[in-house]
Amino acid sequence: MNGSMEFLLWVKGPLFTIAMVIFAIGLLARLLEIFLLGRAPNYAEARAGEWLPGLRTMIARTVADPGTFKRAPFNVVVGWLWHIGFLIALLLFIPHIELFKGVLGLYWPGLPNPIVDLATGVTLVALVATLVHRMTHPVKRRISTTEDYLVWTVVFMVVLTGYLAYHRLVEPYPLALGMHILSAELLLVLLPFTKLTHIFTAFIARWYNGAAFGRKGVQS
Amino acid sequence: MAARETPDKTLGESLRDIGLSRRGFLKFCAATASMMALPPSMAPAIAAALEQARRPSVIWLSFQECTGCTESLTRSHSPSVEELIFDFISLDYHHTLQAAAGEAAEAARLQAMEANRGEYLVIVDGSIPGPDANPGFSTVAGHSNYDILMETVEHAAAVIAVGTCAAFGGLPQAKPNPTGAMSVMDLVKDKPVINVSGCPPIPMVITGVLAHYLTFGRLPELDAYHRPMAFYGQSIHDRCYRRPFYDKGLFADSFDDEGAKLGWCLYRLGCKGPTTFNACATMRWNAGTSWPIESGHPCLGCSEPSFWDGGGFYEPVSVPIGTSTTTLLEAAAVGAVAGAGIATVARKGKKDAVKTRQPVTIEELEQKL
Amino acid sequence: MTELTLERGLAAFRAEIDAPTAAFFSSCVHCGICAQSCPFYLETGDPKYTPILKLEPLRLVWEAEFTLWGKIKGLLGLQQKVTDAMLAEWEELLYDSCSMCGRCSMVCPVGNDLAYMIRKSREGMVQAGHAPEGLINASIRAITTGSPMGLQWKTLAVQIKHVEASTGLEIPVDKQGAEYMVLMSSMEIINFPEYLEAITKIFDHAGVTWTLSTECFEATNAGIQIGNKDIAAQLVERVVAAAETLKVPKVISPECGHAFTAIRWEGPNLIGRPYPFRVFHIVEVLEELRAAGRLQTEGKESDRLSMHDPCNLARKSGVIQQQRNLIDLVAEDFVDLKEHGKFQWCCGAGGGVSSNERAEELKMAAFKRKKAQIEEVAPERMVTMCATCRTQLEEGLETFNMEIPVIGLTEMIAEHLVEKPRAAEDDAEA
Repeated sequence: MNGSMEFLLWVKGPLFTIAMVIFAIGLLARLLEIFLLGRAPNYAEARAGEWLPGLRTMIARTVADPGTFKRAPFNVVVGWLWHIGFLIALLLFIPHIELFKGVLGLYWPGLPNPIVDLATGVTLVALVATLVHRMTHPVKRRISTTEDYLVWTVVFMVVLTGYLAYHRLVEPYPLALGMHILSAELLLVLLPFTKLTHIFTAFIARWYNGAAFGRKGVQS
Repeated sequence: MAARETPDKTLGESLRDIGLSRRGFLKFCAATASMMALPPSMAPAIAAALEQARRPSVIWLSFQECTGCTESLTRSHSPSVEELIFDFISLDYHHTLQAAAGEAAEAARLQAMEANRGEYLVIVDGSIPGPDANPGFSTVAGHSNYDILMETVEHAAAVIAVGTCAAFGGLPQAKPNPTGAMSVMDLVKDKPVINVSGCPPIPMVITGVLAHYLTFGRLPELDAYHRPMAFYGQSIHDRCYRRPFYDKGLFADSFDDEGAKLGWCLYRLGCKGPTTFNACATMRWNAGTSWPIESGHPCLGCSEPSFWDGGGFYEPVSVPIGTSTTTLLEAAAVGAVAGAGIATVARKGKKDAVKTRQPVTIEELEQKL
Repeated sequence: MTELTLERGLAAFRAEIDAPTAAFFSSCVHCGICAQSCPFYLETGDPKYTPILKLEPLRLVWEAEFTLWGKIKGLLGLQQKVTDAMLAEWEELLYDSCSMCGRCSMVCPVGNDLAYMIRKSREGMVQAGHAPEGLINASIRAITTGSPMGLQWKTLAVQIKHVEASTGLEIPVDKQGAEYMVLMSSMEIINFPEYLEAITKIFDHAGVTWTLSTECFEATNAGIQIGNKDIAAQLVERVVAAAETLKVPKVISPECGHAFTAIRWEGPNLIGRPYPFRVFHIVEVLEELRAAGRLQTEGKESDRLSMHDPCNLARKSGVIQQQRNLIDLVAEDFVDLKEHGKFQWCCGAGGGVSSNERAEELKMAAFKRKKAQIEEVAPERMVTMCATCRTQLEEGLETFNMEIPVIGLTEMIAEHLVEKPRAAEDDAEA
């Protein structure tokens, strides 16, 4: 490899396949690790079913209860901001949609680039804020591990390189795009082995939570 | 075309001989200056330099190529200044164009090399079967391309690789590269190599490079791929007149939809403009008539390395190359097996823990008090 | 002689890990929001009381033994091991500073049921010999005497006599075929004898057939609090045996939070089979009587009342509206605490904290959250329906010199019952 174009083609080609393979292996392994464990049978008389409350919690837990919002507004607002910004950039940027279409065959309408660009900018600022919060808030500092900082770095790199590539702030462009794809691949590889699994498992966790509480007659 | 030594006449004298007016010459110099992104004030200097320059001897080698590059250069319309530039140089050997054939032609090459040792320019179009490839894949007069190239460049002042095949290996090098094709810069390490990539390259770029060499007596500023910055410094995307549509998120989704008719961005139709560096968007083709994107077709990225293997022409830049859904499903299956394995082991550990579990007794608790 | 060891503890952790646990640990992003729902963290400000951190031993066992990545880390020698010293350090976190109130389970953005995992972690802690002395003592007493406080039937028998004397009603004991078997908590018998009197009056008023059992009167379950299945199951079996002997279709759990979750939700799973009877909290029974028009009340409390929902009853068992319907029956000026029902705040004494003498200071610290909530609505009296909560509220309010009496809901209902016609006849005769 002696140039940016070869670098780009390498990360777009073999490396992307490797990353996706590791991701697919890791994610499936994690999901099976969870599901195959199962739950012990529950003999206690249920007040209500599990499915509906479970499904409701899967969605409802996205919004913090008013008390939590009041006690941790920064956590809630900044967390929301960057998650939404990240999702807009990931799912609604036209080139990304083309990527999903190319790999999965699924596609949907996108947003004009300036809107995505704004979301990306907000995400970057919010991510920096989360890092400052993590390093300064006593609870977050106490419970943070190397993994938390590693994951933050990779997520931030993905967004930052995407921003730099879009604005062509790094020359030559194939290098900038390649760096962005490389960061995304790093994210894919780390995903099944770090807290990033929450992207998928949080919904499983929420279901179990909602089901357990729902069975006892409480919508969690 | 007979072989000759570097002529004694200066360029200015030759041009006057063939009837080019002073006015026409200055116009050419001004165009050259602007093309190379030099200030207009440089035009007189260019003119003065060219006036005094001696026509360099040029040996043009054609290897695994399609003659498209030569076509592009020579078929330029009207008695253009580009055409005239051939009179600025002494083209002592060119397969396709020269009248001589057979041994006489080869003798002309050797003679030019001998006479202009260390000063002649070598222009190459087409890729070369590498030293490890079967030399018989491409030969001229019984000599392998590789041998001819190495022999010819040995005493050259510089090498200009014209077209993507010569610059980066091009079509012959596309997977599976049956001839072991290599680019000039893969093989020539001890001479300056200028790549004028494109399939074919823009004619003005060749003439521009030559003019620069004659004017300044040295090679122009090059990018990481040895391409003249003046022509390859910006991407198609950055200079594309359809760029505002990209920025607004207005795309053609097919070749016949409303977006296509309205001239919106061709990104989704596979345009490689963002990753392609060339001057098409500014210099255009066919005497400035149009260029691919203006004609409604996405840029193929022909001036970039590996452009044949860089994904489908109609696949957008962001689509990965060669990642198939099947591969992913296979990986997922492997993951499922691995996960099932871990889960089985873990479940067994869990079962054993339950089976061998010792109930906590009061006596045991009392010990802890 | 066998003893409790680290190995047994680790095996217990391993045995407790199930699909939800794996999903929960997979999902934690270390956002720290659980701390914002924990009275022990909020009122001490010490980040070591962050709920998710309390689960670290269980998490390490999960990572090491239940994940591909943990196995890889293990091979590379990077996997941290759970040691005896670690568990010793975590004893305070898992017992003293957690009342298993489940509030963190309710707010965790990724949906982790942390209280569920605290309960599981305690299984490992007991097996590893790292349970607090106070809970060990309560468990031993519960098994050996039938009550965590060492209370015996004869004490209850004395109280029965008192109540019978003061009400003129008979308290049925060991009466086969009654509709309900009533359980008590030792705390009530000792501190709140008015409860027994109240249900005696109410059931007489509503014409409910009920009975106490000499075989088993204790509803509380120290095994659940210390976190050991063996002890918990033995205690549940006693209730089941008594109910089966008396052939009752329904069992009533008293005004006690953990007793209800123990017998209602955990019990059948501890003994590994469904019950041949149904279990209700006294508040559920009262609400059913009210709804059926079987509770005739007169007069209303005129002072400003507010209510503390026991975590075990509200958030962890879904009994939330019932107590409000009942209080509306007898109170004019009722005002809810701002966060109540499933989002109520723990009094700080549940989950065994009140039996763990060492945790006294933390228990009082956690109470400050409740105190602030009470101050916010400034009631004249507090109503609740859990003897442990009630004791904690009384102690806490006294500590902070707040003159707010605490009263049990059942007792308050009993005070407003319309005198039965029979009583009216008696009057007429007189």
